[in-house]
Amino acid sequence: MRLGLDIGSTTIKCVVLDDESNLIYKTYQRHYSQITEKIGEILSLVRKEVKGAENALVALSGSAGMGVAEDCGIDFVQEVYATRVAANTYIPGTDVVIELGGEDAKILFLSGGLEVRMNGTCAGGTGAFIDQMATLLNVPLESMDELAKGYEKTYTIASRCGVFAKTDIQPLLNQGARKADIAESIFRAVVSQTVAGLAQGREIEGQIVYLGGPLTFMSELRNCFDKTLKTKGICPENSLYYVACGAALCASNTIDFDEVAEKVKHYTGSGNFAFNPPLFKNEYEYDAFVARHNKAFVATKDLKGYKGKAYIGMDSGSTTVKAVVLSENCDLLYSEYMPSKGNPVVLIKQFLEKVYEINPGIQIASSAVTGYGEDIVKNAFSVDYGIVETVAHFTAAKHFMPDVEFIIDIGGQDIKCFKIRNGAIDNIFLNEACSSGCGSFLQTFANALGYSIEDFAEKGIYAKRPVDLGSRCTVFMNSSVKQAQKDGATIEDISAGLSLSVVKNALYKVIRAASPDELGKRIVVQGGTFLNNAVLRAFEQEMGVNVVRSNIAGLMGAYGAALYSMAKSIGKGVDKSTIADKEALDNFVHDIKVANCGLCNNNCRLTINTFSGGKKFIAGNRCERPITKKEPSSDRNIFAYKLDLLSEYMPVEGKRGTIGLPMGLNMYELLPFWWRFFTDLGFKVIHSPYSNRKIYQKGQQTIPSDTICFPAKLMHGHVQYLIDKGVENIFYPCMSYNFDEGKGDNHYNCPVVAYYPEVIKNNMKGVRDINFIMPYLGIHRPKDFAKKAFEKLKPHFSTLTAEEVKAAAKAAYKEYDLYFEKLRKRGNEIIAAAENAGREIIVLSGRPYHVDPEINHGIDKLISGFDVSLVSEDIVSVRAEKFHTNVLNQWTYHSRLYSAAKYISTRDDMQLVQLVSFGCGVDAITTDEVREILEKNNKIYTQIKIDEITNLGAVKIRLRSLLSAIGRE
Amino acid sequence: MAELKYNEEGRLLFTKEMRDEGYTILTPQMMPIHFEMLEKVFRHAGYKVKIMDKTGPEIAQTGLKYVHNDTCYPALLVIGQFIYTLQSGEYDVNKTALMMTQTGGGCRASNYIFLLRKALKKAGFENIPVISLSIGMEKNPGFKLTVPLVRRGLAAFVYGDLLTLLSNQTKAYEVNKGESMELVEKWVERLVNDFNHGDSYRFKEIERYADQICKEFSEIKLDSTPKVKVGVVGEIYVKYSNLANNDLVQFLEEQDCEVNVPGVLGFAMFKVDNRIEDIKLYGGSRAKFKVCNILFNYLTKLEAILIKYTTKYGFTPPGEYAHIKKLVKPVIGYGSKMGEGWLLTAEMLELAESGYENIVCTQPFGCLPNHINGKGAIRRIKELNPNANIVSIDYDPGAPKVNQENRIKLMLAVGKEELEKNSCQ
Repeated sequence: MRLGLDIGSTTIKCVVLDDESNLIYKTYQRHYSQITEKIGEILSLVRKEVKGAENALVALSGSAGMGVAEDCGIDFVQEVYATRVAANTYIPGTDVVIELGGEDAKILFLSGGLEVRMNGTCAGGTGAFIDQMATLLNVPLESMDELAKGYEKTYTIASRCGVFAKTDIQPLLNQGARKADIAESIFRAVVSQTVAGLAQGREIEGQIVYLGGPLTFMSELRNCFDKTLKTKGICPENSLYYVACGAALCASNTIDFDEVAEKVKHYTGSGNFAFNPPLFKNEYEYDAFVARHNKAFVATKDLKGYKGKAYIGMDSGSTTVKAVVLSENCDLLYSEYMPSKGNPVVLIKQFLEKVYEINPGIQIASSAVTGYGEDIVKNAFSVDYGIVETVAHFTAAKHFMPDVEFIIDIGGQDIKCFKIRNGAIDNIFLNEACSSGCGSFLQTFANALGYSIEDFAEKGIYAKRPVDLGSRCTVFMNSSVKQAQKDGATIEDISAGLSLSVVKNALYKVIRAASPDELGKRIVVQGGTFLNNAVLRAFEQEMGVNVVRSNIAGLMGAYGAALYSMAKSIGKGVDKSTIADKEALDNFVHDIKVANCGLCNNNCRLTINTFSGGKKFIAGNRCERPITKKEPSSDRNIFAYKLDLLSEYMPVEGKRGTIGLPMGLNMYELLPFWWRFFTDLGFKVIHSPYSNRKIYQKGQQTIPSDTICFPAKLMHGHVQYLIDKGVENIFYPCMSYNFDEGKGDNHYNCPVVAYYPEVIKNNMKGVRDINFIMPYLGIHRPKDFAKKAFEKLKPHFSTLTAEEVKAAAKAAYKEYDLYFEKLRKRGNEIIAAAENAGREIIVLSGRPYHVDPEINHGIDKLISGFDVSLVSEDIVSVRAEKFHTNVLNQWTYHSRLYSAAKYISTRDDMQLVQLVSFGCGVDAITTDEVREILEKNNKIYTQIKIDEITNLGAVKIRLRSLLSAIGRE
Repeated sequence: MAELKYNEEGRLLFTKEMRDEGYTILTPQMMPIHFEMLEKVFRHAGYKVKIMDKTGPEIAQTGLKYVHNDTCYPALLVIGQFIYTLQSGEYDVNKTALMMTQTGGGCRASNYIFLLRKALKKAGFENIPVISLSIGMEKNPGFKLTVPLVRRGLAAFVYGDLLTLLSNQTKAYEVNKGESMELVEKWVERLVNDFNHGDSYRFKEIERYADQICKEFSEIKLDSTPKVKVGVVGEIYVKYSNLANNDLVQFLEEQDCEVNVPGVLGFAMFKVDNRIEDIKLYGGSRAKFKVCNILFNYLTKLEAILIKYTTKYGFTPPGEYAHIKKLVKPVIGYGSKMGEGWLLTAEMLELAESGYENIVCTQPFGCLPNHINGKGAIRRIKELNPNANIVSIDYDPGAPKVNQENRIKLMLAVGKEELEKNSCQ
């Protein structure tokens, strides 16, 4: 008899096998992180229910069981290995096993060269991910599957990390997308993550077996895998217990049940974990703290019977909707704090109905709305003002501290911080898509450990040794928490530790502050998360300053919006709001339709909301085109012009056949060079088109590194496109060096741009069937270039002559210069026109390949939608002299950023917005330096992180905040 | 405290006065055996170098506080260790300088020194000079890499590589536990003493010692039961530094493996060879080409000593540079030079070829060159060596040790199975 245990991230499974390896007993239980207790319980249960279990050979497996196994004297079997043993025993002939667990995703290739793949440290597309998404959709996990079955359309959702996906789903929900469609899209995202992230170029074919909780319980998820893999996988009986069975099969030792039970009971971990000082030394300290914070107080008055003018403020946030009614004296008449549950329109309607019900004769003088749902709420209910969140929060903070210098707002899903200088918002920090550490983060942990958020937070107040968990994303944090528990940290220590990590995340990841002096001494904190005293205290402790938190910290956005509407209406002398009245609410209609725009490459998925009286509101669009039907012009947008210009390099028939250029990374700038070079040599030069989803998917399965930047990932699709087109030759050179533009200390390409052809060669089998030409070439030395290029190309094309190559090289350099001449001419025209019209100029800075619409997600169009002109960094970088930077200025593209920042600093009418690709290591250096250059000159630095998918809602907030900070909105 | 002097770009210099006043020069730890000797080499040359010994989670936390969090892990740790050490109050900050290497390639690592200066400013230590240990990058009046200094430094590397290689090959099998490390300690002590006097760096001396060291290690009594043989490659700091890789070698030893961590001499050869290859690929100065060739030949001679004596006494010699360079040719081009460049791929190929088929490929999370030469090349390596069993591990302040160890255990489980299969046959 053999006994196997599988301790996963959320559950424990136990099986007993007879001597023929038949499963004779099984149990499956959630452990709520009480791992040792649960092991003890289960062992005594098995002993009671299975005769002779004491003599069984025992082994333990599972990611959460490693340390415990060692300490309790049970043999440990690595879980993937266990799965493999079980699959070989129970389903001989299996080729591939796909197993999704709570926090892991695995693919095992059993036949034809054993390989095992597990998700990397930054991969969340697993059971926990689906769990999180169900919470977000506000449906029980079990009904996700049912929901998905009724889908009509799928949306693209990032699956890399739960935090990321949330930012995709939230706007969809806010725009009114159907839950069924979202549920299916979530499944698709999981599939795409597993296939792309784990298969890494190896085909998944043959007999496929699905294992693990999510795949066992969700038939639609299996369906999605089947559809993608074009196969029919099987989900065997006992699919949940394969790891446990494998452990049992590997077991070779018996255990003494009593001894293990005893060890488990007394297992307290090493007590060896890094911790911080307690939040409060004693109760007195805590009481004094509470008393101090009670001073920032908004009085509450009764809405019922209130006679004066009233002001409504609403904050339709990512996870909650907040709404307030204020009196003329700024007292709080009524407020609501509602979980958003996906559709803000319903909630706001309820709120207004309630207000009219309590006080039917109320005189609403003005109203304003802010937050993610601003547009839709404003349209649905004819709200007077829509304002950007940053302005709403600043307005509220000023009310409590007129000379406030710094505001930090930690909400359910966002961290927003603003620095105030001279009474205006001067600098904005928003959390990037990857760093979580917000309210929902605490919530998730509280739930996982079986507490309500309030109780959980309360526990941290008197923790003796708050665990030091660092400041990282939720996925990492899960494992750190588990580790701390194993090391003997109590729930109290963990609660306090998580509060601290929320604060550290905000301070060191989002704001990047080293000391309180950088923030100023006058700080207002707000957002629901700060109502949690442990977080508040942790913040004060970490920064060493006392801050102000009002009793309505969770309502500040709505409160600020109401104050804003009050000031505006008084200023204008208006005392009747346009907001929907009782009658309008009675006749309220809201109809949602989903459609694809199809008017340009971005092909935005539009949500068309129709309200009473046929009023329409379209969401999901990047530009105004689906509304105005007018094509955006390149008159004010250099990105559009660049695309036009690049598309002029069309193939010309030649005597030497075709040569393909993959259109990505540095090719975005070198296309004119190589096009001319090869055209003159008599090749028909074909380049792949600008990227789109389809092109990405063509090569997705051959990407070996899931954490590399998106522009590099796209390269695989472009090469595949060219192969599919049937070109005989593909040219994609390795280039350590770029042109020396004389602005820096050196002129390298980044390692990825420089050597990506190597990755293509080593991971795309398709290039072996064609002539894939990837020499190392140095265009930075024009004299040597012609000679070296000839040497490198001659073996491929025997008829080439040195003279031909020399002439073609000369023409290529000329073409490159000509391209930049045209580009800068147009850039200068755009700038001159903006100067004449007094328009603001946004310098959208990044890399040449950020012009690709699939990479920038149409952010250029979105910016052009405001009344501004848009140029890129290469237009203005040439206007600055070479200067000394505080970093080693050694990459050509990045030198342009510094020069552009330097030049922009000299102009009042120019603002820099930097696009940063997720995973770009080099930008960890450039962003800080660019920020420093700008801030030294009192300019605002705005950064937008982009990836496979980007939350344009957040981008909008940034841009509007920027424009409002410089007084343009 | 010596007078603070700046160059025309405003960089704080390490002056002769500072050296003469006996400024302590702090520098990060990476390879304990090598660096202990290296410290003495610098001291003999008149620099009061001190290898920092602070470890613990505070190092990473300090790093996170002062460096952009998306910067690679080695930078976070090294800068964190500097600042944490300075803040500890153990050193007179008015008589302390810092030193770190600067390779100057297209990788982010060339910027560490600048990030360090930014961090120092943030932490209020802007008056502490930073010395760049590099060839031809930043210069300081009070610090010079002279030929004798470089020769002694290289000798320290050779001894370090030799002792590491030998002890790794005996440790796992020794009958009397602890014997190998005792021998290492004995030799380090002796060599440190020699280096204090500036001795033992000439070819003859190195040869004599190498012979003696190899002989003594060959006399350690071994149990011949085969063990899982694991190679470790990766980004140089994460590969070698216990602080960065969570004591990877120790962990592997606890799992009953024989470990092989290719030495640092190969990396030195690679860096010199890059300059030669660069000129071959793109053209360039003849003079530079010559100088690099002289240096490269010097290194090759040192390498030959290592190979000769390890082979003489029946040890697996280090992979010969010329050989591993040949191995990598069909996989990665010689122009791929940033970070560890093609060397990383080559080391994996060599390990797989010489019986270390189980490989841990370590890198900082988001390491750019390793996207190309590590993760990007593994597929091809496996095609060429179907038995290669490679696990790629990311290191990062947030990456928990448990997850890393779990992945490594999986690799080991497969390795063990292969071992059993082979010993049955």
